[in-house]
Formats: sequence, structure tokens, C-alpha cells
Amino acid sequence: MSTPVLQVNDLKKHFPLRGGLLGGTTGYVYAVDGVSFDIAKGETLSLVGESGCGKSTVGKAVLRLFDITAGQVILDGERIDDMPSGTLRPMRRRMQVVFQDPFSSLNPRMRVRDILAEPIRNFGLAKDGAELEAKVAALMDKVRLPRDAVNRWPHEFSGGQRQRIGIARALAAEPDIIICDEAVSALDVSVKAQIVNLLQDLQKELGLAMLFISHDLAIVEHMTHRVAVMYLGKIVEVAPKRSLFAAPKHPYTEALLSAVPVPEPGAARERIILKGDVPSPINPPKGCRFHTRCPYAFDRCRTEEPPLRAVADALGEGHVAACHLHDLSPAENPLSGSKGAALLAAQ
Amino acid sequence: MTPINRRRLANFKANRRGFWSLWVFLLLFVLTLFAEFIANDKPLLARVDGAWLFPTVVGYAESDVIPDGLPVEMDWKDPTVLGEFAERGGWALWPPIPYKYDTVVRDLGRPSPAPPSARNWLGTDDQGRDVLARVIYGFRISVLFGFSLTIVSSIIGVAAGAVQGYYGGWVDLSFQRFIEVWSGMPQLYLLIILASIIEPSFWTLLVFLLLFSWMGLTGVVRAEFLRGRNFDYVRAAKAMGVSDTTVMWRHILPNAMVATLTFLPFILSGSVTVLASLDFLGFGLPPGSPSLGELVAQGKNNLQAPWLGITAFVVLGGVLTLLIFVGEAVRDAFDPRKLPGGGR
Repeated sequence: MSTPVLQVNDLKKHFPLRGGLLGGTTGYVYAVDGVSFDIAKGETLSLVGESGCGKSTVGKAVLRLFDITAGQVILDGERIDDMPSGTLRPMRRRMQVVFQDPFSSLNPRMRVRDILAEPIRNFGLAKDGAELEAKVAALMDKVRLPRDAVNRWPHEFSGGQRQRIGIARALAAEPDIIICDEAVSALDVSVKAQIVNLLQDLQKELGLAMLFISHDLAIVEHMTHRVAVMYLGKIVEVAPKRSLFAAPKHPYTEALLSAVPVPEPGAARERIILKGDVPSPINPPKGCRFHTRCPYAFDRCRTEEPPLRAVADALGEGHVAACHLHDLSPAENPLSGSKGAALLAAQ
Repeated sequence: MTPINRRRLANFKANRRGFWSLWVFLLLFVLTLFAEFIANDKPLLARVDGAWLFPTVVGYAESDVIPDGLPVEMDWKDPTVLGEFAERGGWALWPPIPYKYDTVVRDLGRPSPAPPSARNWLGTDDQGRDVLARVIYGFRISVLFGFSLTIVSSIIGVAAGAVQGYYGGWVDLSFQRFIEVWSGMPQLYLLIILASIIEPSFWTLLVFLLLFSWMGLTGVVRAEFLRGRNFDYVRAAKAMGVSDTTVMWRHILPNAMVATLTFLPFILSGSVTVLASLDFLGFGLPPGSPSLGELVAQGKNNLQAPWLGITAFVVLGGVLTLLIFVGEAVRDAFDPRKLPGGGR
């Protein structure tokens, strides 16, 4: 594999909690606590997990919308997490973002043309006004909006159209990677499908890498190459899409997958209902962070934190998970992958 | 113009009271800008010995007007000179009010303050100066002072609030503490001390009041920027590597300006009041300047001459009322909950 476009090593972001008489730091929110992944050119990595697990924080930390607590973010082989902002500015062109809410992500006081022209001007990507106009028109074509819509204001568009404008703005800087922070979550189902297909087409056309942050597993299954599952600020499992959906190797992933609705009336399936709530990220549990809710937890899980490591997977390489169950014999391991083997046999 | 601004303009126009107040205020302001042509102790136009003279614009020596005059500045109110002028067939067109703010009416025939008469429509003050002329010049200087103070303090205040709100954290905290300390300074005492050292003028007063008045808007703008910096489009712009000043200027400021604009008429009326109150106390503009505050003081000292107090009250009250009406209309026009057409 060539060098990844984006590489994140042991990323940590702890938000200090202030309180007390003197307003000192009384604790931290461990929003992201040691996350590592990489994304190759033309690849989509999905970051999934429930609300509050730190997915969006990872996205914002990668974009350096705030400074991180520890770890490394490497974009095209260059560390950007400790770069001074002056050096970082030209690097920002390679990394763009599409936000969740299409109604708040566009400045209501700028026409579409100015919104799209801003990144082009900012990075000096057009020599003159004519080239700028041509680039803006080309962007409108790319996201399949009429060219004459550039003179309109954001509020004159529907949610899906505005999200297209948001995507066009991200593309305007000619980036290598786009971070989609719940980019389709706020849209209607039909519009969602259009935007997802648009993103996929653009990725094929431009060879973009994509970090797709989402909680919607159905969409993720449709458009991603690999999936990383986050729980309470940590990645618990990373796998190619097919392996992950067919044979999850972490109890949390298994439970998440069982919650995806199946569009088939009367489909009988096993629901795994997790007990309790997600523990507070201010005071995460010792040992495995998932042990408080894990149906298979045993003593070791409560004391020792499992590392993320490769697990055997009949469906292919590159499956890593953080779970002590894989140290048990296959007979004792409820996640030993019988489903995956069955799927492979069926093919 | 964006559709939203078009709607705001329509809303503003729909508020008849505010709309007409603005026009009346602007009319008065523009008229008083030409105060020299309305109330002056020199004729607008004069003709003598076949020559046209423009005394309001050009300063003439007495010898320019009458052949045996002295080479001193022409006094168009001197009866002897005027007699000679008339003998030579001189003719003059006077402004509607033939007095300037500092012209002492000579032939009152009674002790000043003199009550309103055909010559002095609003009477004279206790130094025999025409009240109407003083009101016209006083209105002009009050409003000009108010405008200057408002504009400069808004620029400083918006900039300070923007920096505070945008950067947040320590910048915000230390700035905020500084403002708290600074706003605790006893403004009036400082001004009294200052007045004992230097004689206050229009400009020194402006600079001095600026030291404190800029804080009026910082709070609002700071709040708008604290809110604005977390908008997704601001984040997107930051992720795009747009510089901080551009983000502030292009993406956050236009939103913060709404809150700012609605405050401006009120700040303007506040500035007019501040100047009037300083003049009333005698720490304002130098003695002899036309000023509404000084007229109030004269009204207080000459209760037997009610035209002084009443005029001061009506003019000051009128200006402030007009500004408040305009301010209310602007505020309502920017209120997103108001329906187009100003439905209440």
C-alpha cells in the first residue's frame, strides 16, 4: 500500500473541566483517548459510534479546529498537529470538510458564487476573474446544480441542494481528503441517497480520500471501504466493510449491527439489547471501557485494557479489534466468526 | 441588496412614526448644516456702488463697502456704518434670522432676557443673544458631536468586542476585567479635573468621552462573536485556511452588525444627552458656544423668562424623541419575528 493520505496516531483530545472557587481544572472530558487510523487515496473510512463517543471530535481535531492534547496527525507525510498556523494554512487546502447541518454551514449573507469563490481565491487557484468564473461553473456542474444558481442566496435552496453547495465548497479547494461530519444525517432519506451517490461518484472521479463520520450504519454499509467503530473515545474495531458487517469481532460492534433496521417485514433476527447507559467520558471505566455493558465481560475485562490487534478473520486481512475474548479458545469465544465462515462457505 | 435587507427596509418604512421621524430629523440636520445662511449677522447678498457682495462667504473690510470706512472687519450691525451704506443706495438681502449665535442684540430697549417678539422669535437670553439663532447652531453642534462620538466609539467598540469574542479564553477574560475596572472610573470627576487643567473644546471633549463610551457596544459584539465563532460556516472557513481577520470581517461581523445597528440611534441620543448635561454643568464646550445644555442652565437661572426653559426643553426633548422613534423603528425592522409590513 502506498503512503496513506491521512494518518492519525494515538490522537487524544481531553477537554478540561473548570469549576470550584478559583476556577481551576477539576477534571477532564476524555472525548478522544488514543485513536489511530489511516486512510489511503481513493478510500473511504467510516467512523461510526453512538452519540457522544467522540467521532466528531476526531474530525475536528484532524481539521485542527482546535489543538489536540496528544498524538500525531499526518497529512500527506507531514505532521500537521504541531505545525504553526502560518505553515499550516497552505496545507489546509488538501483537507476539507462537509458539515452535518446544511442550514448552518453556509453563510446566509453570501451568494453561492462568493461561497464557492472564497476557497479558490484564498488559495490563489485562479489566475483571473474569468478562470474563477469557469471554476465556479465547473463546481456547480460537478455537484449537479444549475450554473445560473450561483447568483442565488443559500436560503433559496432546499436542504439537499445546500448540502451540494457545501460539497462544492469543499471541492473548490481541490483537496486530497474530505471529512464528512455526519454529512447526510440531517437529510431526508431520498435526498440522502442522492448525496451519498454524489459523494461516491466524486470520489471515483477525483480519487478523493474520505473520512465519513456517521452513526447511520445502513449508509455506511452502502458507501464505505473500511469501518472504524468508536466507543467512549476509543476505536474498538477496524475492518473492511464486508468483514465487519458479516463477522464483527467486538461485542459492541455486534450489538450496534443488531440495532440496524432490516427493511424486510417479519424478518426474524437476534437483537442484542445493551444494558445501562454509556458511562461518562469524564470518568471512563477501568479496564475495557465496554465491560460495564458487555454481555460477555469476564474478570480480566474489568482490570486490563485490551489493545487493538489483528484478529483472525476468514473473510480477509486487516481486521483489528480490541477485545480479550480473542485470547480465549475459539470454542469459548462467542465472536469466533462462525457467521463469517458460513458466509464464505456459501459464496 | 439581499432579500433579508429588502424586507428590513420594507419593515422600517412600514413603521410610519419611525420613518417620518427619520425624515424630520434629517431635514432639521441638513437645514442646520447651512446655519450660516439661515441665522447670521451678515447679509446673504449686498449691492452697493454697482458691486455685488457676498458677506456670509467672503469677509469684507469696512473700507471695501463704504469708501471712507476704516480698514477693519465690516460690522453689518453697526448703525453708523449701515446709515452710510443706505445713503450710498446700498441694498442687502438678510437671512431669515439676522443674528448669529454670538450676536448681541443692541437695541433691545429693555433688559435681557427679552421675551419673544417679531424680531427675536424666541426672545433673547440673559446676554441679549437671539435664542432661535443659538438653538439652530446648538442643534448642529450637538448632533455633529453626537455623530462623531457614536461613529468613533462604535468602531472602537466593535473592534474590541470582535477581538474579545473571537479569540475568547485569556484574551477575553483579561479584556473583560479591564473593562470592568475602566468602567468603574468616575467619569465626571475626571472631567472636572481635566477642565481645571485645560479648557475643554469640541475635540478634547470628544477624545475624553471616547475613552469611556467605546465600552457601550463591546458587550453586544463580544456576545455575537462568541456565538458566531462556533457556526459551521465559520468553522468551514477556518478549515479552509481563511485568515482570522477575514473570517471576522466577512463571516461574523455582518451578523454582529445587526445587533450593533439597532443600538446606534440610542447611542446617538445618549451622546447628545451627555454633551448637553456637561454643558449644563459648565464643563462642556467653551463659554459662548451655542449649546442646548447651556440654554437649559439659563432657563434654570432665569425662571422669570420661561421662553428659555421651554425652548430648551422642546428642542432637546424633540431631538431625543425623534432619535428614539428612529431607533425603535430600526430595532423592529431588524427583528426577525416581525412580519413584513410591520404587523404588530
